[in-house]
Amino acid sequence: MSINVNPAQAYEPIFYVVDEHEHPEGASTMLGFWIYLMSDCLIFAILFASFGVLGGNYAAGPAPKDLFDLPLVAINTSMLLLSSITYGFAMLSMQKSRVGATQAWLAITGLFGLAFIGIELSEFAHMIHEGATPQRSAFLSSFFTLVGTHGLHVTFGLVWLVTLMAQVWRHGLIEANQRRLMCLSMFWHFLDVVWIGVFTFVYLMGMLR
Amino acid sequence: MTAHSHSAHHAADHATAHGDITLSGYLTGFGLSVILTAIPFWLVMTNALGDKSLTAVVILGFAAVQIVVHMIYFLHMNTRSEGGWSMLALIFTLILLVITMTGSLWIMRHLNTNMMPTHEMSRMQ
Repeated sequence: MSINVNPAQAYEPIFYVVDEHEHPEGASTMLGFWIYLMSDCLIFAILFASFGVLGGNYAAGPAPKDLFDLPLVAINTSMLLLSSITYGFAMLSMQKSRVGATQAWLAITGLFGLAFIGIELSEFAHMIHEGATPQRSAFLSSFFTLVGTHGLHVTFGLVWLVTLMAQVWRHGLIEANQRRLMCLSMFWHFLDVVWIGVFTFVYLMGMLR
Repeated sequence: MTAHSHSAHHAADHATAHGDITLSGYLTGFGLSVILTAIPFWLVMTNALGDKSLTAVVILGFAAVQIVVHMIYFLHMNTRSEGGWSMLALIFTLILLVITMTGSLWIMRHLNTNMMPTHEMSRMQ
């Protein structure tokens, strides 16, 4: 008793689709960008974890209480929060296809971002001037790595913001530019979410140590 | 047929993504964020609770709530966007984040506690 199976008659599994099906332009951009943000989130997770482990190792050097200026951190936090809401206003203007208002709100967002970076850099300069350099202790190494990585993200966000303003100025609020602005919106708000972790975990809890 | 339903699906996705952006949504998120930021700063600067570890737990709670507020009102996260895939990616990331954070802190704390102090080691030699 033998079974003869003709391969042509049997069910043939489909391993790949021969005909390319339609992918509307930008249909997967938002999800792809979200997954990028999640991977970025993991970078910050390991930096937070290393700060959590090393944050108490002062090596007889300065501690958070000697270095941090909470009113300044509060001002910095409000700069980033204000830039978040102004970016939101830019998105609302974009929805109404108002190019001028969109550009104006983007410019205001950029100024708040610049203020944030400026205050952070002056804080870093002040710390380094006092001898609290990244190589002073494990606490300061992990502090500068974590806060510096966030600051670098904001800086690149600003570069991206200026680039998109040039794009909008050149081509208007075409669909591609709307998509790009929505990606930057996610990036910008994501950086604000990370900053919540920074001011709570690094600055406020540092003062409690 | 399939192409049509695909693009229709995309159009629906796009509509919901845009539909979530409202002025009231942004203002609500901003107002809540200001409150949720101001209270932790006030707690630490005035030491209102008197106990450091209690203050730490409370400000971590405020941070967690504020992150959720930002996710909903600024990042427009919901279970429907991108057919639920962005929420799935977020949950996966949160699981990895919790494992990384608690794992690192827990293990390194135990290592520190169980490590023999250096002055005792020098005495043994």
